[in-house]
Amino acid sequence: MTEYLEIAAAISLFIGGFFTLVGSIGLLKVDTPMSRLHAPTKASTLGVGSLLLGSMLAAFARGEGSLHQVLILAFLFVTAPITANFIAKVHLHGRSSQKSPPPPPTGGRWATYDTPQDDARKPVEGN
Amino acid sequence: MTRLFPHPFLTLTLILVWCLLSQAFTLGTVVFGTILGIIIPFVTAAFWPDRPKISNPFKLLVYIVIVIYDIIVANVVVAAIILFKSNAARRPAWVPIPLELKSPEAITVLAGTITLTPGTVSVDLSEDGRSLLVHALDAPDPDGVRDDIKSRYESRLKEIFE
Repeated sequence: MTEYLEIAAAISLFIGGFFTLVGSIGLLKVDTPMSRLHAPTKASTLGVGSLLLGSMLAAFARGEGSLHQVLILAFLFVTAPITANFIAKVHLHGRSSQKSPPPPPTGGRWATYDTPQDDARKPVEGN
Repeated sequence: MTRLFPHPFLTLTLILVWCLLSQAFTLGTVVFGTILGIIIPFVTAAFWPDRPKISNPFKLLVYIVIVIYDIIVANVVVAAIILFKSNAARRPAWVPIPLELKSPEAITVLAGTITLTPGTVSVDLSEDGRSLLVHALDAPDPDGVRDDIKSRYESRLKEIFE
């Protein structure tokens, strides 16, 4: 029984490591700032999820089961989108992406553009 | 009673989280968890003027299972895009989504789901809160992405929250 748990833990760690690596490769390879944001969101979902699952299985294999990992995963899943959202809003605010988004289909503006004129940052050189 | 327990569900969640954190389900942890579960919702009540209504808890469970399945499938798809597709062949796109959801909690869950499922990141809300801006990593057909999100997630959230 313990061997099976340890094998399962090893497989989880391998999968987690693979997706975290792909996330890092994406961060280096992808060219535009907005698309680059996608890579780290990958690493924090399935990558970290698998690593935590592996950690949990290994703990159970040693007979000291722990549910802390479930909490880590829950907190991570709740907070990760907020970080991504704020980085994306900074890109919008700084007009750093090559293509501006289309206006909202229901009229009005996107909330990030609702700022005083002098507060809007000039486009950064080289982006 | 409502003033003392503005959010009974948050109170229960806090007790559960406290017991999980202290790795024990004893009288001591439950009592201390209950103290936290009363103080924290009371102190933060100003940030939560309305009590979110979850009209269908069973559908919420179904929704969570669907989202976890989608996260796994989409991770593999996006890993393939990152590893095997050149930057020139990739078609990043802005996808504006008109929202039917009204409750802020439901929109928050939708935005979080979109960000967690790889390949899409929710970026911004329109001023009036009636549209959501999403950025897709590789979407040759942005309208298809929009329809997917609307039929797969938004319609379900509408049943859960409204």
